[in-house]
Formats: sequence, structure tokens, C-alpha cells
Amino acid sequence: MEKKVVFQSAWLPYALLAPQIAVTVIFFFWPAAQAVYYSFLLQDAFGLHTEFVWFRNFTDLFHDANYLESFKVTALFSTLVAVSGISISLLLATMADRVLRGALAYKTLLIWPYAVAPAVAGVLWAFMFAPSIGIVTWFLRRLGVDWNWIIDGDQAMLLVVIAATWKQISYNFLFFLAGLQSIPRSLIEAAAIDGATPFRRFWTIVFPLLSPTTFFLLVINIVYAFFETFGVIDATTQGGPAGATQILVYKVYYDGVKAADLGSSAAQSVILMFIVISLTVIQFRFVEKKVQY
Amino acid sequence: MVENRPWADFFAHAVLILGVILVAFPLYVTFVASTLTYDQIIDVPMPLIPGDQFFENYAQVLRAGSNKGSAAPVSTMLVNSFVMAIGVALGKIAISIISAFAIVYFRFPGRNFFFWMIFVTLMLPIEVRIIPTFKVASDLGLLDSYSGLILPLIASATATFLFRQFFLTIPDELAEAARIDGAGPIRFFWDVVLPLSKTSMAALFVILFILGWNQYLWPLLITSQESMYTVVIGIKRMISGGDAATEWNLVMATAMLALLPPALVVVLMQKWFVKGLVETEK
Repeated sequence: MEKKVVFQSAWLPYALLAPQIAVTVIFFFWPAAQAVYYSFLLQDAFGLHTEFVWFRNFTDLFHDANYLESFKVTALFSTLVAVSGISISLLLATMADRVLRGALAYKTLLIWPYAVAPAVAGVLWAFMFAPSIGIVTWFLRRLGVDWNWIIDGDQAMLLVVIAATWKQISYNFLFFLAGLQSIPRSLIEAAAIDGATPFRRFWTIVFPLLSPTTFFLLVINIVYAFFETFGVIDATTQGGPAGATQILVYKVYYDGVKAADLGSSAAQSVILMFIVISLTVIQFRFVEKKVQY
Repeated sequence: MVENRPWADFFAHAVLILGVILVAFPLYVTFVASTLTYDQIIDVPMPLIPGDQFFENYAQVLRAGSNKGSAAPVSTMLVNSFVMAIGVALGKIAISIISAFAIVYFRFPGRNFFFWMIFVTLMLPIEVRIIPTFKVASDLGLLDSYSGLILPLIASATATFLFRQFFLTIPDELAEAARIDGAGPIRFFWDVVLPLSKTSMAALFVILFILGWNQYLWPLLITSQESMYTVVIGIKRMISGGDAATEWNLVMATAMLALLPPALVVVLMQKWFVKGLVETEK
């Protein structure tokens, strides 16, 4: 879509774009190009000597058991966050779409966690699940569960998944609710008159009609789990124990900032860049398709 | 609905109430912990009824942080968070609205190229360019400063798209009329486009304020002085390691202070928030 009526000026449009383009070039393109450049360099342990090594950082990474483990951890983490977040919010949104009384109150009470920073969400859940003093830990102990995420990798993973999912439920919930409210009532009522139970109607009418929303949320949740959960991990497990919750983004940060392994960290950044680019492309192709409907 | 299924309605309310309780439980525990003494929390299980230390704990963190962890006053951190959140939100809106205006209302060489440049920033989140971005900011002398916290974050592809979409819906007749009356582009922008964009700006502001307030990785990298910490970072610095060594009553009071402003924005400006959220993703 284009405007038919436009203004003429040789310099004004450039002046209007200048601030945004300046920020983009200085803080996005230049650093990204630097990351690509660093990824071909190898620095010795004292940082005195740097060598151009082509793709060695990349081949090293794919032979590095820790890195491959981090890939697996990220895949598991993002699948768990996306699937549990989407199912819980779909259930809640379906119910909220059904009730007439108190719908606004439920909505208000369910959307506020969106405002909580991932790092703060991590601290909240880490406190409740704290191995020696946590209130949930105490309850689990009484049930006979030995809970200590500081030393148990699976429990650490469970903790970060819960914290990350809790924060994301409100977002998914809002989109599902909007999707549900755009389904024509007449379709559902026709099925109800034909005697279809609410359960049957959900699976044969509502769920298929919601599939664009579900797919969209799947992509958004994976992006969220990949990148925005850095705060959750850093505030709770810091990748531990023994790398059990070290997602790719955390490893880039750890190797680059804490371990100062510039080349390897940059190579990991470049791999992540490819992952974001593919996810963005998938997301936008989908959006284009939706517009055509 | 054409049917009457009291049990299904009952089930729906039951699920929703359970959901609300599960979602709210961490907040409740946080609030209770922020009103207890350190000894009450250490004495497992901690009580689930608010204690009487509310004023003591909040006054302590606002004035002097924690005793064992970071002692930076949380009041300073809250000011930093406010400056950062408002700076990021207003900065993004300001530079995006003028970029979108240029792209929609002018034809000029390189128009598509610039549009794509802005679009590509979506694919370069801070997480994939941590160290080089830090270097650029440090070379420009932006460490430990408000401009360092704000400037690198104000490019916004989503805000630019949102304004572009909105401008495309403004009837051509308005621009035509403005031109016939002799108004130039700047006058048209100021007197017609800006007032029409108020709704979009309000919706975006809510989303971007929350986004700015909740930033974690960037402030973590760029601030080293306690006086420049934002509150989200400050909390983590108060956790001194080890369950019992951390003054959880003070950490939880800080957590309440960190989550209350954005949560209030969401709840009080719910209409704008929902509009902003749904529109920025389109």
C-alpha cells in the first residue's frame, strides 16, 4: 500500500530518518559486523596475540561437548516453556471466553505477570523453591520429595521452566482470548443446537480456527525462551548445576563476559544470529499469510 | 449461549479461580516475606500471614539497601529505572514516528533501503552482539550514564511499523487539503498527524515503558557503579549467595518495589496495554 499524496523535499526525509538510522548503524550493524569479524579470530590466553583462523572457532564449537549439551538444554527448555505456556493459557482463555460473570476481573488478575521482569520472576520462584527455607520446598519435603535444585540438574531445569512459563502465561492468554472472541458465535451455537458437547466443539471447531494464533504464539514463545529468559537464568541457577540450565544465550554471555573467550563467544553469537533470522523469517511469512485471509 | 450447562460453567469458574490463585501465589508470598523479620523467614516454614515489619523493611531498603549484600539505596535505583523506562519509551516513540512519517509521506532515493535497515534490527537482539555493543558504548564514553542506558535501546522496528501502518490509514484527503491550504510537511505533521496518532502513542508508551523498566542484560553490562543500578539489577546484587545468608525480607521488599510500577501500569491502563500489545505484534 502506498500513499498517492506525498510531499516533496530533497533533504527533509533524510533528516527525519537520521536519528533512527544513526542508532541502528552505531549500536546494531557495526557491533553485529564486529561479532562476525571476531568469530574468525583466535586470541591467546593472555590476549597479547590475535590470529585469523577462518572457521576454526565454529568447528571447535561443534566438537565441543559442552556446546552441544547447551544446544540440547536450550531445545528442551524452549519446548517445555512453549508447550506448557501455550496449553495452560489456552485452557484459561477458553474458560474465560465461556464465563459471563467476572470475565473482566479474571482477565485483570491473569495479565499482570506480563509486567514482571524475567529476573524478578526468577527471584520470586527461587525464593519459594529455595532448598533450605523455601515454602514450596518445605511442602515437597513433607510429601517425601527431596528438593534441591542447587545440586539436582532436572530440578533446576524445572525451576527455570516454571518461572519462565509463569511470566509468559499472561501474554499467551491475551492473544488466545482475542482469537477466541473473533470466532463467530453462530458457528458454535449451530454446533450446540446439533447437540455437540463443549469438549467436542472445542476440538472440531475452536481449536482448528485458533491454529494461526497457536502457531504465532509458538514462534513468539520459542523466541522468548531463547533470548528473553536470560534474566530468569542469571537470577536463579546461573546455568548450573554443571551446565544443566545453560541455555545458548547464557553461554554466550558467560564465555564472553566472564571467561573472556572472545573468539568462541563471537562464533556462538553468529550462530544465534542465524537462529533469530530464521525465526523472524518464519514469523513474517506467517503474518503475510494471515493478512491474505 | 443457547445451552444451559451449569456444571460446565461451574467448571470454568473453578479452573479460572485455580489459575488466578496459581498466578498470584508468588506475589502473595513475596508480599508476606517483605513484612517479616529475617528470623521469621529462616524459621521454616515461614508464616503465610503478613507480619508487622512492613514499614521497617521498606524504609530500610529505600534508604540503605541490604546489610549483607549490596548497600545501595533502592530509592536511587527506582529513580534510575524510571529515567531509563521513560527515556526508552519516549525515545523509541519520537524517532520511530518521524522515520515512519518520512517513509510514508515522501518518495526519495533509498527509501526501501532505509526501511529494510530498520526492519533488520529485529533480527539483531542485544543477546547476539553483547561484547561488540559494550565496546562501542565504552568507546563513546557511555558507561555508567543515563545516555548509555537509553540510547542503544531506542531503535525500534516494531514502533516504526506500527506508525507506518497507522499513517497508511489516514485519508489522503487530509494531506491534499493541507497542501492546498499551503501547509508544508512539517506543519502537516505537527497539526494533523501528531494529534491523530495520540491513541497509538499512548498504547505504545505503555508497552515500551514496561520493556524499558524490565531491561536486564544491557544495564548489567553497562553499569558498574551502584549509583547507576536499575532496581531489577539491584535485586540480584542483594542476593549474597546461600539461602540463609541472604536477607530475604529485604530482597522481597525490593522485588515488590521493582514489580509494582510496571504491574500498576498494566492494570490501570489495561485498555491501552492490550491495544498496544496486540498491535505491535502485527
